[in-house]
Amino acid sequence: MADLWQLSISEALEKLSSGDISAVELTRAHLDRIEAVEGRVRSFVTVTDQDALREAEQVDRMRRAGETPGPLAGIPLALKDVLCTKDVRTTCSSRMLEHFVPPYDATVVSRLRAAGAISLGKTNMDEFAMGSSTENSAFFPTRNPWDLDRVPGGSSGGSAASVAVGEAMGALGSDTGGSVRQPGALTNTVALKPTYGRVSRYGLIAFASSLDQIGPFARSARDAALLMNVIAAYDPLDSTSVNRPTPDYLAALTGEVKGMRIGVPKEYFVEGVEPGVKKAVEDAIQTFVSLGAEIGEVSLPHTRYGVAAYYIIAPAECSANLARYDGVKYGLSVRDGAQDLVETTAITRATGFGAEVKRRIMLGTYALSAGYYDAYYLKAEKVRTLIKRDFDEAFEKYDLLMGPTSPTVAFKLNEKMSDPYAMYLNDVFTIPVNLAGNCAISIPGGFSEGLPVGVQLIGPSFGEEVLLRAADAFQRVTDYHTRWPELPPQKRAAKSRK
Amino acid sequence: MSIDRKTVDHVAMLARLALTDDERERTQEQLSAILEHINVIAEADTSRVPATAHILPVENVMTADQSRPSCSPDELLANAPAREGEYFRVRAVLEE
Repeated sequence: MADLWQLSISEALEKLSSGDISAVELTRAHLDRIEAVEGRVRSFVTVTDQDALREAEQVDRMRRAGETPGPLAGIPLALKDVLCTKDVRTTCSSRMLEHFVPPYDATVVSRLRAAGAISLGKTNMDEFAMGSSTENSAFFPTRNPWDLDRVPGGSSGGSAASVAVGEAMGALGSDTGGSVRQPGALTNTVALKPTYGRVSRYGLIAFASSLDQIGPFARSARDAALLMNVIAAYDPLDSTSVNRPTPDYLAALTGEVKGMRIGVPKEYFVEGVEPGVKKAVEDAIQTFVSLGAEIGEVSLPHTRYGVAAYYIIAPAECSANLARYDGVKYGLSVRDGAQDLVETTAITRATGFGAEVKRRIMLGTYALSAGYYDAYYLKAEKVRTLIKRDFDEAFEKYDLLMGPTSPTVAFKLNEKMSDPYAMYLNDVFTIPVNLAGNCAISIPGGFSEGLPVGVQLIGPSFGEEVLLRAADAFQRVTDYHTRWPELPPQKRAAKSRK
Repeated sequence: MSIDRKTVDHVAMLARLALTDDERERTQEQLSAILEHINVIAEADTSRVPATAHILPVENVMTADQSRPSCSPDELLANAPAREGEYFRVRAVLEE
């Protein structure tokens, strides 16, 4: 029998409900797995092992008492450290929030708790979700389980790695320009960015509010559907949450894609896409052809402006959102050496933020400042309209679009740290979806020289059912998503064992 | 388009970031390089295109004027760097 940490969420739910395993056993198996691999991968900023075991005991007690446990009762999950958790430190992987303990749970967290899910802890990320490699964490980088010399992608790299290596059965991340999908692609996990407004952002520490969206990581489309069934819901506490019934995503997994119209954007196969990535995506297209889907070429002509528009809009919103870190209400406060309140604020912020966060605040403040607003911010918002229209037109003819998630497989640590714009280009195929607000999923699509390649399926607004159906149909005839990374043995610690 | 040191200083002041001289120099170089790439958007024809600030038709959300449970002052002040009673303590904003 496979180890418990290798089970899928749906398998585990069956074993839990039949009494084959207990929530405590399942949780302990994941805590043991964390103990075994965390020294090499470093997915977590905080592991809440005692809380997790307590929650698991509670689930087991409920089950024994004959109470109906929630739909995810006993399933151990990981949470990106950008999601507020009551009484559990929430750092955003920043010195600014290193000791911040939220007084409330994010809505997604309380929904998961109510569903009986177990939180294993908080995962590492690029500071304030700004980055594509998790190297911008103020604490430490997370390693890609498929090659420990490479990055897991970002900004939700810790969540992605934790699911890829079996530390957690699923995880939540946040996706502002690709921060769920790109690490999903680089770690061979299923990673969904829902439609803007589908999942409540209440308690998600804000980066760029018109783009941020919370999404799940899982090891199959089926497991992602189970997570979506719990987290997708209208929330009066988020005024941008859309009041629209949540479908049963599991019911969407019919395995049927015959006649589904899939558009392949020609702008997603340009220079810069690695041959191994291109090959895997073309093979995936053929798989969909063999399943009866109808494939056609489509053009998204404004794709080339996406990264530029994004790197005006996202930093502009971030410069406003991060203005709240003033050293007064919570977070770091450096008062020595400052003469007055303004200096306290400026010194606190210069001390608490890392290089990339400062860079984006500067860029955003510049784009919004007098004299540059029209040329940058307003222009970018008009380009945003053009990008949205590209998608609107494409979805008149196609049910979904398909291409690479990321132009490359996982890259080496430090490879792109000295060139900010080279790092930004990782998100060239994920950014347009955030600008247009629709949904997309990255699924394991094969390997290039031993490293995972993500295939991105892009759906129209509220098209999550179509995405999950297509992803699930693909996974019924492929086995990429079932493969596990083989970690090299732990380097012997300097300390000798007793 | 490159930006000069004076602009960097001004923007750092607006952003309330007490950057070191090294950081200012690096910011000047890096922002100039990033802006060079970003300027590609000038090529997009947006002459008859409205701006999209937000992809949803956002409307004001009204809630009933009813009290409901909320965090206590102590909970909210628990993360305060400095407090005095039920207040956040800060340096003087105005000189005497």
